[in-house]
Amino acid sequence: MARGERIEIEHPDWCKNCGICVSVCPTDILIKGKKIVEIFDLEKCIGCHNCELICPDFVLKVVASDED
Amino acid sequence: METEKYLRMDKLPHIWCPGCGHGTILNSFIRAFTESDLDQDKTVVISGIGCSGRATGYLNFDTLHTTHGRAIAFATGVKMANPNLNVIVMTGDGDGTAIGGNHLIHAARRNIDLTVILFNNQIYGMTGGQFSPMTPPSDMATTAPYGNIDQNFDLAQLVEGAGGTFIARGATFDPRQLKRLYLAALKHKGFSFVESFSQCPVSYGRQNGSGDAVEMLKSQKKNTVDFKKWQQLSTEKKQLLYPLGILKEVDSPESEYTVRYKKIIAKANQEGAL
Repeated sequence: MARGERIEIEHPDWCKNCGICVSVCPTDILIKGKKIVEIFDLEKCIGCHNCELICPDFVLKVVASDED
Repeated sequence: METEKYLRMDKLPHIWCPGCGHGTILNSFIRAFTESDLDQDKTVVISGIGCSGRATGYLNFDTLHTTHGRAIAFATGVKMANPNLNVIVMTGDGDGTAIGGNHLIHAARRNIDLTVILFNNQIYGMTGGQFSPMTPPSDMATTAPYGNIDQNFDLAQLVEGAGGTFIARGATFDPRQLKRLYLAALKHKGFSFVESFSQCPVSYGRQNGSGDAVEMLKSQKKNTVDFKKWQQLSTEKKQLLYPLGILKEVDSPESEYTVRYKKIIAKANQEGAL
């Protein structure tokens, strides 16, 4: 299944678990984990960049999907 | 997006609190800078003191972290010494409107080609939550335990009255708009000012029962409206909502301060030769 782009936790060490990304995700694929944000359903990511753009800590990055 | 190119990676993670909007402003600024055709090596970013002052420490440009309130004063010096540089100021609501309030209005009056990004979190966050000139009336602060009695500035109007030629307002709940505003401000020749609403869930939010960062972003959205829609509102409603977007844009590159100063130098040289 090709969706083009997907989110990735680029810098897990920088995440402060503030939950802003969780609130802006239109497909609800992010959750606040015990220490940092977690992706629980990557398949549903539409690569909208909402979380990447609003993240105050430069943690998230939308990358080209490897799958065909 | 090559965020890494514009960040000092060894200085991250930054010290801003969890949920602080300042990181979103920095994030949006970097994206705007990437889209502008400006040269990273010909750009100077200058900040003052306070939470916003930390911004220069994380940016991979030539940067100056200056004394309290004096970011615009230093920036004026840098721009006058070398008008070919792109000079960007990152200041806060305390730094830029209280301690540095005079520098702000006079830089606007001169219409010097600086891009000023003012991080407005409505409080002195770093020192523990004292009220600033941008804290709305009756809000709580450590120096106003019964509520703030002062009125806050309408910064956009202040800078407009002082003579700024590009004035915009954005908020961290809409980073796409913030990026567009910064990009337009960077391209503007003359004094450009972008008031950027930022949330402070720790020093402001806790004292005012504003909830966490997500809640604060929701209230930001509720209290703001697009400038075009705002213009059509009744006078009473206009006072309740903050307009967002480009509020004023006057294209007059000839009135820019360093351009006019160059002409004075030429004139003085001519007269001296007589």
